[in-house]
Amino acid sequence: MSQTYRLNNSGLINRDKKISFKFNGKKYFGYEGDTLASALLANGVHLVGRSFKYHRPRGFFGAGVDEPYAIVQMVRNNETEPNVRATEQELFEGLEAKSVNCWPSVNFDIGAINNFFNKFLPAGFYYKTFMWPKSFWHRIYEPFIRKAAGFGVASTKYDSERYEHKYEYCDLLITGSGPAGLAGAYAAAKNGARIILAEEKPRFGGSLLTSNVNIGNQSGKDWADKIIAELKEMPNVTVKNRAQVFGYYDHNMLVMSEKVSDHLPKTKKYIPKQRLWYVRAKEVLISSGSIERPIVFGNNDTPGVVLASAAKEYLKIYGVLVGKKPIIFTNNDSAYETAIEFKNNGIEPIILDTRSNPKSEIVDEAKNLGINIKFSHVVVAANGYKKINSAQIAQISANKKDLGIIEKINCDCICVSGFWTPSIHLSSQSGNKTKFDDKIDAFVPGKSKQNETTVGSANGIFNLEETINTSFEKGYELSKKITNKDNKVSIPQVSEKNYTSHDKFWCVPLPDKKNYKRFLDFQNDVTVSDIELALREGYRSIEHVKRYTTLGMATDQGKTSNLNGLQLVSDVENKIVPSVGHTTFRPPYTPVSIGAIVGREVGKHSKPTRKSPMHSWHEKNNAVFVDAGIWLRPRYYKKGNEGLFEASKREAENVRKNVGVCDVTTLGKIDIKGPDSAEFLNRVYTNAWLKLPVGKARYGVMLREDGIVMDDGTTTRISENHYHMTTTTAQAANVLSHLEYYLQLVWPELNVNVVSTTEQWAGAAIAGPKSRTLLQKLFPDKDLSNEGLPFMGYTEANLFGIPARIFRISFSGELAYELNVESDFGNFMWEKIIEVGNEFNIQPYGTEALSTLRIEMGHVAGTELDGRTIPYDNGLDGLISKKKDFIGKRSLNREAFNSKERQKVVGVVPLDKKTSIPEGSHLVKEANAKLPNPKLGHISASCWSVEYNNPFSLAILKDGKNMIGKKLYALSPLKNKSIPVEIVSSHYVDPKGERVRS
Amino acid sequence: MLYIKCPYCGLRSQNEFAYGGDGTVKRPALNKEISDVEWNNFVYNRKSPRGKHIELWHHISGCRQWIKVQRDTVTHEIFKTVEADKDI
Ligand SMILES: [Zn+2]
Repeated sequence: MSQTYRLNNSGLINRDKKISFKFNGKKYFGYEGDTLASALLANGVHLVGRSFKYHRPRGFFGAGVDEPYAIVQMVRNNETEPNVRATEQELFEGLEAKSVNCWPSVNFDIGAINNFFNKFLPAGFYYKTFMWPKSFWHRIYEPFIRKAAGFGVASTKYDSERYEHKYEYCDLLITGSGPAGLAGAYAAAKNGARIILAEEKPRFGGSLLTSNVNIGNQSGKDWADKIIAELKEMPNVTVKNRAQVFGYYDHNMLVMSEKVSDHLPKTKKYIPKQRLWYVRAKEVLISSGSIERPIVFGNNDTPGVVLASAAKEYLKIYGVLVGKKPIIFTNNDSAYETAIEFKNNGIEPIILDTRSNPKSEIVDEAKNLGINIKFSHVVVAANGYKKINSAQIAQISANKKDLGIIEKINCDCICVSGFWTPSIHLSSQSGNKTKFDDKIDAFVPGKSKQNETTVGSANGIFNLEETINTSFEKGYELSKKITNKDNKVSIPQVSEKNYTSHDKFWCVPLPDKKNYKRFLDFQNDVTVSDIELALREGYRSIEHVKRYTTLGMATDQGKTSNLNGLQLVSDVENKIVPSVGHTTFRPPYTPVSIGAIVGREVGKHSKPTRKSPMHSWHEKNNAVFVDAGIWLRPRYYKKGNEGLFEASKREAENVRKNVGVCDVTTLGKIDIKGPDSAEFLNRVYTNAWLKLPVGKARYGVMLREDGIVMDDGTTTRISENHYHMTTTTAQAANVLSHLEYYLQLVWPELNVNVVSTTEQWAGAAIAGPKSRTLLQKLFPDKDLSNEGLPFMGYTEANLFGIPARIFRISFSGELAYELNVESDFGNFMWEKIIEVGNEFNIQPYGTEALSTLRIEMGHVAGTELDGRTIPYDNGLDGLISKKKDFIGKRSLNREAFNSKERQKVVGVVPLDKKTSIPEGSHLVKEANAKLPNPKLGHISASCWSVEYNNPFSLAILKDGKNMIGKKLYALSPLKNKSIPVEIVSSHYVDPKGERVRS
Repeated sequence: MLYIKCPYCGLRSQNEFAYGGDGTVKRPALNKEISDVEWNNFVYNRKSPRGKHIELWHHISGCRQWIKVQRDTVTHEIFKTVEADKDI
């Protein structure tokens, strides 16, 4: 197709490079430098989507971030992406896009039937319609809404694109490269400040690209080009285009999303699709400009109704006509620029100006060019369904209440301007208390709360000379404050046309007996009558009106609609706009993709992976790994066709029969030094620590102040003032913070230092009846007899030239030792143990066998010490010292902790000795009792006892000790199981603990 | 994200710190006889003031020191930060 709406020579596009693309399956051509919107308009395509609620045909309204309609589904590089604004998407070769929110097609949309049943879809219709009957929700309402609503379809595939995060610091961040931003940036950069200048569009210059002004004897655009070129060369300046500063957070932290590759057919290798910048700026210069707002009239959503500024942008940047028979409908001077631009390109516009007799240079210029201007005239309604074909226009009375005779004139577009709204989103997000400026009928930034300054039209200044002067001044002032330098640049002369004031007119009254839909919020389909209804129904707060009607709640956040909504509320309520107030601006200013927010922290990069020094040995020996916190631990070592059950059973049996070795490097280790260490441990642990001799280890339990068990482990006295503490893998970091808290804040008088040594030591547990014999072979010179190294003893030794620590401690309940060497020697230690242990039939064992061994011994671990239990619950009564105070002791007096009904740890065996009990099952008295079946306890851990060759579980059971011998049922509705069980002692194997002392 | 001045390390981003709650809570001395009410106040009851609040932060990804921070809970303005053993 030919580009019938493309002008022959104007615009900033590259006409030497033709680009082909597809929209809704049809092939079109555009040029390099086009957006998808400008290229479609060049081809005369105005119908791009269907509206959210009524499925009315929708076209283009703006030319940038404010676009409410033209949201498309993009296909790029075999990925689909919803919620892309066609006005921002740059054209590339092979681009493919589709309309959203229409079915089966944008031309014939079944949902449009909503348009004719619109009396059923008034304000708050979701709340009213879908309340009753309840049973309809699941079957009818939800599927209906899901199909009818939405701005596209999210991909169900893994996003293979790369997104990056970047942290940056600067003296001054400038948001927007229009005249204000360029002037501020230039003045600050020349005064030595480190600055970042961010521009949301591909081209720098903002309004200078489309306005007829001169700065320093050159055109606005040439001046912008020159300033940008100079800034780019300066070492203290970072200039970024396609970069939207979308959020202003605490302490001058701003977040910016840079679209690095979205304008390319394919992301280059090692280059991200998007990059999120976290910028901590000493000062922020907000130069985000302003957005034109429409005047509200009948059927003002018809394709072909566009903002006057957008029409001008399509003309001047893209050389595209939004129509060939334009009506310019305005209440101010700025739209005259659009009319003159049409005229200069050989198109005859008609201007309808709501003002009766405005006097200014630009009005005179339009008159002199012979443009047809109708003063005191308005557009009453647009005619046409999928595209405007004519307009109903009328004269309007001086009080703006009465319409004259309505006449119909032909047109193919209406370029509307209701004056300008400063983009105060960022300053409002920063906590700035905004204020209403009566002169421009809009809110502007008020008192700054953080270090931010707003300049230019974002501050309500629409005069270029004032903008340039104040922005140069602010850039200089702010930079001087930071750099203490005093290099002032001269401010260039500005020439521009002077404007006269706008007309405070925003909504055309309905003619008699006409009920045109007049849209306020184009994206969420909120009309004037919806707001009026909400107010009649008693909604008063603007925040409530917003939520009830969904005004301003769409993805464009009401950029073009908010102010008109406020005007309407204040009119109906007979209030002034500032007393109605505006709703809170919240980040993000424009939608940000989830991928950019997540960044590189996806999949296995979502957290660090810690591996023990023996990891590669485990891998080579068929270990199947399991996540333990952020560690990877061998769960079992697979032999032949074994599964988890067979392998872990074999490994556990071998520990009971011969000897096994387990990697325990992941245990938390804390080195404790200082003359008051014993006293400190005595306060941290529930049992006594003052008399522990050097060369001895002790098991200890520590509580939180509320009496709940925090962690357990063994601590060894290495020398007089030196201890080695171990914690569980999961609690290692918390325990260190806990110790630091007490040492730094509660008992700073104690002379003790703690430091984590978890990664400094590699650990191997050697367990089983043959462990001593094996150890003796590893350390032939050492006396490792029961007398030489008794249970809970500690010694240091030499492992083939490597210094090693030997602890005689046991988690498995067997005769066992733990060996520690410096991490670098971990693999050496491990290989020696295996090599020497071969003659004793040594086998490595993983966490599954480790669990089996501890469960059948009745050793409590994380599933019993679950953040809800106290020492008494876990049979740890013997570890509670009566003689001394310790952290959390006072809480153990609490009545509930001493109740007879209190839960206790017990053992559970299925009556059939065959059926494994799922962890988490509830223990109940009767299997078929009326629901809810009273719960007596729950299964905390289950294993297959290798000692007795039947299933065994631990449970936390109400009044547990008195339940031993009783028969109950274990219910698992999830696994659909009801298992008759008997309650037994939790110490199922070796209840006297003879083996560990043997 | 807050910008917190660690008295040892200087200005650092909030994500290097862990929050530690009310910085004015005093743990009752060991071995002291105290009422249930007193103990429960220490363990459970905290004020949630609107405005200035002295709180603890732990520089876990930095110097590992607990510090005291005076912060406005509404505006997030930080007025002062000091070492754990000093008073604000
Ligand atoms: Zn620090």
